Amino acid sequence: MSEERVGFFTDTSVCIGCKACEVACKEWNAIPEDGLSLTGMSYDNTQALGASTWRHVAFIEQPTPEGRTQLPLAEGDSGADSGMRWLMSSDVCKHCTHAACLDVCPTGSLFRTEFGTVVVQEDICNGCGYCVPACPYGVIEQRPADGRAFKCTMCYDRLGVGQEPACAKACPTESIQFGPLDELRERAALRVDQLHETGVTEAHLYGDDPEDGVGGDGAFFLLLDKPEVYGLPPDPVVTTRDLPTMWKHAGAAALSLLGGVALSFALAGKGRR
Amino acid sequence: MVPRAEFESYYGRPVIKAPAWAARDIAGYFFLGGLAGAGSVLAAGAHLTGRGTTATAMKVSSLAAVSLSAAALINDLGRPDRFANMLRVFKPTSPMSVGSWLLSLYGPTAGAAAASAVTGRLPRVGAAATGAAAFLGPAVAAYTGVLAADTAVPAWHGAHRELPHLFTASATAAAAGMALVVGPTCENAPARWAGGLAALAETAVTEAAERRLGTVAETYREGRAGVLLRTARALTVAGALGGAVLGGRCRAGAALSGLALLTGSACTRFGIFAAGIASAEDPRYTVVPQRERVERRQQGAGASGA
Repeated sequence: MSEERVGFFTDTSVCIGCKACEVACKEWNAIPEDGLSLTGMSYDNTQALGASTWRHVAFIEQPTPEGRTQLPLAEGDSGADSGMRWLMSSDVCKHCTHAACLDVCPTGSLFRTEFGTVVVQEDICNGCGYCVPACPYGVIEQRPADGRAFKCTMCYDRLGVGQEPACAKACPTESIQFGPLDELRERAALRVDQLHETGVTEAHLYGDDPEDGVGGDGAFFLLLDKPEVYGLPPDPVVTTRDLPTMWKHAGAAALSLLGGVALSFALAGKGRR
Repeated sequence: MVPRAEFESYYGRPVIKAPAWAARDIAGYFFLGGLAGAGSVLAAGAHLTGRGTTATAMKVSSLAAVSLSAAALINDLGRPDRFANMLRVFKPTSPMSVGSWLLSLYGPTAGAAAASAVTGRLPRVGAAATGAAAFLGPAVAAYTGVLAADTAVPAWHGAHRELPHLFTASATAAAAGMALVVGPTCENAPARWAGGLAALAETAVTEAAERRLGTVAETYREGRAGVLLRTARALTVAGALGGAVLGGRCRAGAALSGLALLTGSACTRFGIFAAGIASAEDPRYTVVPQRERVERRQQGAGASGA
């Protein structure tokens, strides 16, 4: 990594669900249209991250579950309880420290950039699709008509000329913050403290811990409920962490196959039937 | 019946993405690659012990199976014209990279072994190729278990210790089945033993995998995967027993038992494939085990803090 590692801190407590990030991302990266449908999932007609959706705003609109405080949205908001809650969160590729998609890519198409981000080289990808089930977050996907795998590049082209990614640039509330990862982690910790002081005890960071199953995310979040409520895995682990164990078992299995067949020949006896 | 664990999700949508692989191509490859790899070991054994007809037939079978494997793998690529990019780098962290290199070594040796056996030319080269194919074959049969397990798919990754063993056992059953189908009864005793041992191993390893998987093991028992895996077990056990009882005496009995073993192995691979897809498509199997892990950790931290 020749440059400082950069990332996203997405503070969902100030997301207003405007989807400017989704639009800016589509526009800047010239991502094709991938279906216009009404889902019935609140204002979320985007549904999920995918080959042609690199930012996805999740909308959770539901009766407030018991024991959870309302987020004070504005100064003087008494939090008059409507009995409903709104959670909005702009999801994105996590640019994992230990990225399974990159590890399992057989062609070297996926690589780690000088900014510490994970990017697909589209001139090399042969559409084997191995990265798709490897990702513990369900981010990367093959575009059906194209065959190759696509995902967020953290606007690699913009980073190269000192610009921030399109989604962060477009975000009107600074819910999406871009910067050096170390700085973002400090800022995020302060924000959590601030929210805890105002009584939002549910506020917590997701993906900020370098000790977690993926070595920490390059794009991490401040969430107001459990990760799975937002469609995020509660305890993601990079699958290749267990690869040495798997190779050992494969070695043992291969030897058992040889041994088992040798035993079969021994039991059958040479030349007899 | 144990009540299903409560869990939260985002509108019931999957957390991870299931692979877009076609079952025919990839589960088909798991079967064919296993048949080829384990078949090369049986071929070498038959070659060494003077079971000439079986040896030649198994070498041809392995060549055919590995050729079809390569075709299936290339067909499944989103960009088949770029298949050569598979050999652009060697990456031990990518089972698919390791497998591509393995196949590119194994394929030619299996081809040389078969060509020499059929034509009778270059017998020493043929013998060397037979040995090399028997050495590489088990690796070809075993690595596909790692290929599936090295993903975030709960039904595959959760059984990452068992899957390579399950796949080699299934491969051995398939190869033994092929040997029973193509070999004369006077030569098929080793195949009958191998079929029996493979059926035992496959049954034991499947049990172990399901125990390990806990709630995710539902995906091995329900739906399409459940039907396939139950069929696989019935056919594999029937084929192994049929081979043991009839295989040495009756040509038709041997062939039928062999077909049962072959079909059983194919059902195992398609069943495991289907279980993986089902486990990826239901957020329950991603969220519940991870949530349980988090809670165990929190309890552990709470206990040590107290």
